Amino acid sequence: MIKLEHISKVFHPATVNENLAINDVSLTVNSGDFITIVGSNGAGKTTLFNLISGSLFPSGGSLRIHDLEMTRVPEFKRSKYIGRIFQDPTLGTAANMSLEDNMVICSSKGFKGLKMTLNSASRKAFSEELRPLAMGLEDRLKDNVGLLSGGQRQALTLLMTVLSRPDLLLLDEHTAALDPRNAQMVLEMTQRFITDYNLTAMMITHNMKHAIDYGNRLLMMDKGEIILDVSGEEKRRLTVDTLVKKFHEIRQEEFASDEGLLST
Amino acid sequence: MIEGILVDGLIFALLALGVFISFRILDFPDLTVDGSFATGAAIAAICIINGLGIFAATVLAFIGGAVAGAATATIHNKLKLPNLLSGILVMTMLYSINIRILGGRANIALLRVDTMITKVIGFGGSLPREYTLLIFMLLFVGIIKILIDIFFRTDLGITMGALGNNEQMIKTNGVNPETMKVIGLSLSNGLVALSGAILGQYQGFADAKLGQGMIVEGLAAVMLGEFLLRSNKIFVITLRVVLGAILYKGLMFFGRYYGYYIHMTPSDLKLITSVLVIVSLVIARSQDAAGQRRKERR
Repeated sequence: MIKLEHISKVFHPATVNENLAINDVSLTVNSGDFITIVGSNGAGKTTLFNLISGSLFPSGGSLRIHDLEMTRVPEFKRSKYIGRIFQDPTLGTAANMSLEDNMVICSSKGFKGLKMTLNSASRKAFSEELRPLAMGLEDRLKDNVGLLSGGQRQALTLLMTVLSRPDLLLLDEHTAALDPRNAQMVLEMTQRFITDYNLTAMMITHNMKHAIDYGNRLLMMDKGEIILDVSGEEKRRLTVDTLVKKFHEIRQEEFASDEGLLST
Repeated sequence: MIEGILVDGLIFALLALGVFISFRILDFPDLTVDGSFATGAAIAAICIINGLGIFAATVLAFIGGAVAGAATATIHNKLKLPNLLSGILVMTMLYSINIRILGGRANIALLRVDTMITKVIGFGGSLPREYTLLIFMLLFVGIIKILIDIFFRTDLGITMGALGNNEQMIKTNGVNPETMKVIGLSLSNGLVALSGAILGQYQGFADAKLGQGMIVEGLAAVMLGEFLLRSNKIFVITLRVVLGAILYKGLMFFGRYYGYYIHMTPSDLKLITSVLVIVSLVIARSQDAAGQRRKERR
């Protein structure tokens, strides 16, 4: 469904700060894949997401979504196909606006005209959509989103993103800024949504156990390359230990930041 | 006296609504205002003098301001200049353009011609001049305010509301923030120019430098309003901008009339206005911080 061919990204080319963030990455994401991505800091995980979502353009290579050439299509146009959730819970919603206003913005993608879709019928529909979150948000449609906790905001962002039925869901450590209880809650919700709506998703995580427990395919990145791509039965047999061993086998060197990767 | 302040305040409220849209909704500190305010006055004056009629003059003034706003947004969007600089550049261009509009003069008097103001006063019949004007301005600003309220309840308006809050969210939801900025700044500067057009007719002349310092005055009005009412409903938010504008004009009136007790002259008012903005910002920030602490304790 999404095809990256020989994608590379160089930051600050031809300067002393030149940095090859993504090095000749080719990747095909199949419909229905739930891919988890691990790698140390600076491995290029978020840059890869930025390239897929269009907030950065690659220095070389090509990217196709549904066989449509997307390499240089700006982010807001690709958003039709892609839903993205960030680590920072404040990036998914507008704090100074009410919950219902936020839901109006997310209820359709693309330029919005002078229609007024916010009425009692749509409010009722929003309430119904919020009820399964079991957070009492269905009664707080008129409250500003800024009054919600980080966990609630991230759950809301996830719900709104899923309801727009993106072809690809990009999750950039979306539980890392939450406390453990909320993180677990949002993660379980993510799994449920992906299964229920049969979504295709990619999830960056620093938690090896999550990377192994969730999804049907696992990518490991290092120094801007995908150094491991396992799926199916092979992924089910993975453990944290074998994953670390595999990494050392491939790279034959010590991890720059073991702690980040080994936390469970 | 009080009706004079109210008329002044209501004319000024249109500018404050424009400043509110750029500063508060778009989070775009748009300095075009200082130029587009005079542009509105100049276009209206020249149209009236050339006999285009009051309605056409007013509409053209609005459009002129909107074009200026669109120019600022486009310079910012396409040439990637910082928003402050884009506004300053267009504002400076407008100083020259305004003199061109006025036919190579720095100002023009509206004597012995029918303006919106003389028409309205004529319509009022035996009612005192200021009261007729007050009723007219109340209706005029009321209608504009309601139109703005309606706009910000549409899907487009709601999306624009999120832009100043969270530009990433706009992009994630497939909307081009550049388009939103063009629409928003056009609307904002259109209102500013409309305010200038009415003020020019009210005081009987248009001046190329009419807008000097207007941006800070508008900002002061927006901030004063924010102390009056707290709400997240657009109906209340625009109402408080209007009230803030009237309150600001009231304060300035008293400053002008009673300021001499403390050896203040009218030329000090710009100083006072800027200090007012600084004080408002500091108070608002400390209130925000207190609110944040309350929230965290919960």
